[in-house]
Amino acid sequence: MNFFTALLAQMPDAVAKGLIWGLMALGVYITYKILDFPDLTVDGSLCTGGAVAAVIIVGGIPAPMALIGALIAGGLTGAVTGLLHTKMGIPGILAGILTQLALYSINLRIMGNRSNVSVSVDEFPLMASIRYPWQTCAIALVFCIGTIAVLCWFFGTELGSAVRATGSNPNMSRAQGINTDRTKMVALILSNALVGLSGGLFAQYQSAADVNMGRGAIVIGLAAVIIGQVLFSRVRAFGGKLTGVVVGSIIYYIVIALVIRLGLNTNDMKLISAAVVAVFLAIPYWKSNIAQKNHRRSLAAAAAGQSRRAENA
Amino acid sequence: MLELDQVCKTFNPGTVNEKTALDHLTLRLEAGDFATVIGGNGAGKSTMLNAIAGVWLIDEGSIRIDGADVTELSEHRRALHLGRVFQDPMVGTAGDMTIEENLALAARRGERRTLRWGIKKGERDKFRELLKPLGLGLEDRLTAKVGLLSGGQRQALTLLMAALKKPKVLLLDEHTAALDPKTAAKVLELSDKVVEENRLTTLMVTHNMKDAIAHGNRLIMLDAGRVILDISGEDKKKLTVPDLLARFSKASGEEVESDRLLLA
Repeated sequence: MNFFTALLAQMPDAVAKGLIWGLMALGVYITYKILDFPDLTVDGSLCTGGAVAAVIIVGGIPAPMALIGALIAGGLTGAVTGLLHTKMGIPGILAGILTQLALYSINLRIMGNRSNVSVSVDEFPLMASIRYPWQTCAIALVFCIGTIAVLCWFFGTELGSAVRATGSNPNMSRAQGINTDRTKMVALILSNALVGLSGGLFAQYQSAADVNMGRGAIVIGLAAVIIGQVLFSRVRAFGGKLTGVVVGSIIYYIVIALVIRLGLNTNDMKLISAAVVAVFLAIPYWKSNIAQKNHRRSLAAAAAGQSRRAENA
Repeated sequence: MLELDQVCKTFNPGTVNEKTALDHLTLRLEAGDFATVIGGNGAGKSTMLNAIAGVWLIDEGSIRIDGADVTELSEHRRALHLGRVFQDPMVGTAGDMTIEENLALAARRGERRTLRWGIKKGERDKFRELLKPLGLGLEDRLTAKVGLLSGGQRQALTLLMAALKKPKVLLLDEHTAALDPKTAAKVLELSDKVVEENRLTTLMVTHNMKDAIAHGNRLIMLDAGRVILDISGEDKKKLTVPDLLARFSKASGEEVESDRLLLA
């Protein structure tokens, strides 16, 4: 039973990480699912949020203020991607990649040309720490619930509806007088603000901001979105779908904990994550292919049966 | 009132694919005019509608709606004055959103999208009243996703959305071409009703010469990006398809077979 007790002992940490990264996954949901814009800014903006929060806390300013800073900094990075896309005509994916690349340098600058800034829970009153995973879970849960509530409200408003319309049908949106450049900016800013917030919390949790902390974040975000979508496929309510995203993020980290317990090399984690996301992305495609084949076979079988009956008669 | 003055548009200028789509096109619609637009493939019918809608900037000339110059206004700013229905039923509505959400989006055309609720309380009843006359049962499915509706239902909904804010000009771009004949006839009937009830100035592009003759008070024929025929009043009422073909040959200076116009 040693295996299970050890795994169980890791649960608080997995859930805490899942909830913190759930905020980022909610941001990914906004761009990927609602706006239909695969935004790769997040790999950079997560670290931006973490770096800003860490630097502010080290500067002696309370952690909640640092999180507001992380939120704003994340939003700014989204604005940069949005401007690259809407004002300079750069395709969405490429705009995100450019911002992400540029952010690597900016994040180093924010941290004073160092690759990490440590914030110890011994020196500063932090809102999250790996040493107190349950307390972190409680705080992160409050953030997730608050964020889901705000998003439910926002996407019910006129502006939020316009953002959803832009993702669903940009031509129709413009015909209905929606400035789709503006709605894209709004969604990208909102999304990356959440990613920045998540980074701000995560830097506190792991007691350091690190220039590599966002690497592969988009894949984890997508994994959470897709796991949530599969598990909550019957849920129609918007709030339920968002909850699914956070649950998906928690499940992702539980699976990771399990995989590590099984003795896999943590260096292989990115490979495993990418493979898992690839498979989940492929499932709808495979499903439809198999369904088409089965449909064709069943029709052929029915036709064969009919002609046999005709011969017999 | 809609005025197009010497409107020119060339696609891919300076390349082998250069195509003059609109060639000093001039057209004036009076308030309440319902003009049908016909012409062969590449005559510039859809291009003219896109020019009015502001999908891209025109090269030369000007476009005025009710006297106001909209030539350089972006597509979404112009939307306030325009109602549009497209050939593809998928284009006119947001499939991932519900019927009431689509109508609510249309009800705010030309207004600033704020942080007030996307659908106000009283609006649902208004939408229900609006949908009832269609006889499609949509009034009981306000919260159904539009993606679940048939092509005909989506076009009917798009038409209602286009007329909701009483646009100064209604643009119908072959909006029945993708529908089966029975559904197409229904949507056309509805279009007539909507135009009449709201007294909308309308441009309706069609491939069907019979429809072009049967609907509206004016018939405009385009060829090579310009207006070659403009028939209205009593003249239009007496028009027949052979008449139209004969007049087209005379105006364009070439013999044509009816299929080039009908089937193009």
